[in-house]
Amino acid sequence: MTDDPPRPVPTLLDMFLTYGRIGLIGFGGINAWARRVLVEEKRWLTDQEYAETLGLGQVLPGPNALNAAIMVGDRFHGTAGAIAAPVAMFGGPLILLAGLAMFYDAYGEVQVVKAVLAGVAAAAAGMVLGTAAKMTQKLKPPPTLLAVGLCALVAAGLLRVPLPYVVLGLAPFGIAAAWQVLRAK
Amino acid sequence: MTATIFWQLVLGFGAISLVSVGGGIAVLPEMHRLVVDVHGWMSDADFARRFALAQAAPGPNVLVVGLFGWHVGGVLGMLTATLAMTLPTSFMAFGFSRLRARLSGRFWLRVVERGLVPIAVGLIGASGLILAQGTATGWLPAVVTAASAVFVWRTDFSPLWVLGAGAIIGLAFL
Repeated sequence: MTDDPPRPVPTLLDMFLTYGRIGLIGFGGINAWARRVLVEEKRWLTDQEYAETLGLGQVLPGPNALNAAIMVGDRFHGTAGAIAAPVAMFGGPLILLAGLAMFYDAYGEVQVVKAVLAGVAAAAAGMVLGTAAKMTQKLKPPPTLLAVGLCALVAAGLLRVPLPYVVLGLAPFGIAAAWQVLRAK
Repeated sequence: MTATIFWQLVLGFGAISLVSVGGGIAVLPEMHRLVVDVHGWMSDADFARRFALAQAAPGPNVLVVGLFGWHVGGVLGMLTATLAMTLPTSFMAFGFSRLRARLSGRFWLRVVERGLVPIAVGLIGASGLILAQGTATGWLPAVVTAASAVFVWRTDFSPLWVLGAGAIIGLAFL
């Protein structure tokens, strides 16, 4: 980790608008975009902090992006932040989705619509994969933690093990590996 | 939307919400059971189409429950299903966030947080793989996916560029 200049702290409005934007551009799911905006653009969180928050969001029940937004909101602005971030993140897309549902009921079978959706979906899949590669590169995990991450990737992505089993099954190994790494420091 | 459907949405998605460890999409099979098998609100094909539409739209993946709600109850159904799926766990996450702030700096908390990081990153990769398995219907979408992955990994340009390119390639060739 390099010694960057101190990281900026968002105002409540800034956080509301930023999460609103994350929601509206969040193709392929929110997490890749939340990392991009919070870590790279705004620099409110480091890669490590973002990944830790998301990791906790994964083991709690509920949508992990929602859990992470509540924790990030609470971290900067307490209760108000914990309400503002998820409301902004869900509000915009919900309005958009209502419009899209109407549009789709009417035009879903039109070839042009299908083709554009297929192209965007293929690119979004690649974007999510690229984000995982980028996070791994920036976090530089030691071999044991890297192995736990690869197990999660293979179990959930290729073997299609149900996510609760992946999360709860691998957590003890991740924690043991982290204990070993942190104790050695 | 009738009162019966309102309560069926509240109780059904509320219950699913509380067991959705690993995220909203982890419980997709359970949602399928609820809306197709238990209540018969839609066919298998309708279910798949609603899911694909939610995937193609921006926003949290869990918003697919809003589309299921829309199907049976219009705008109110959409709001009901979404809130039932998100509110109960939101309170839990908030409580946990407070607990975490109180315990911050403890060695074992740092160990737990650090240990969950690779799982979080691995699962982002896994969701990319699952999305790719659904979209790679030929060599061209597969190339778009691969090129997009490399672009996002190796550059700092906004991924909106690759999504725009994906839309144009889709329009031209698919």
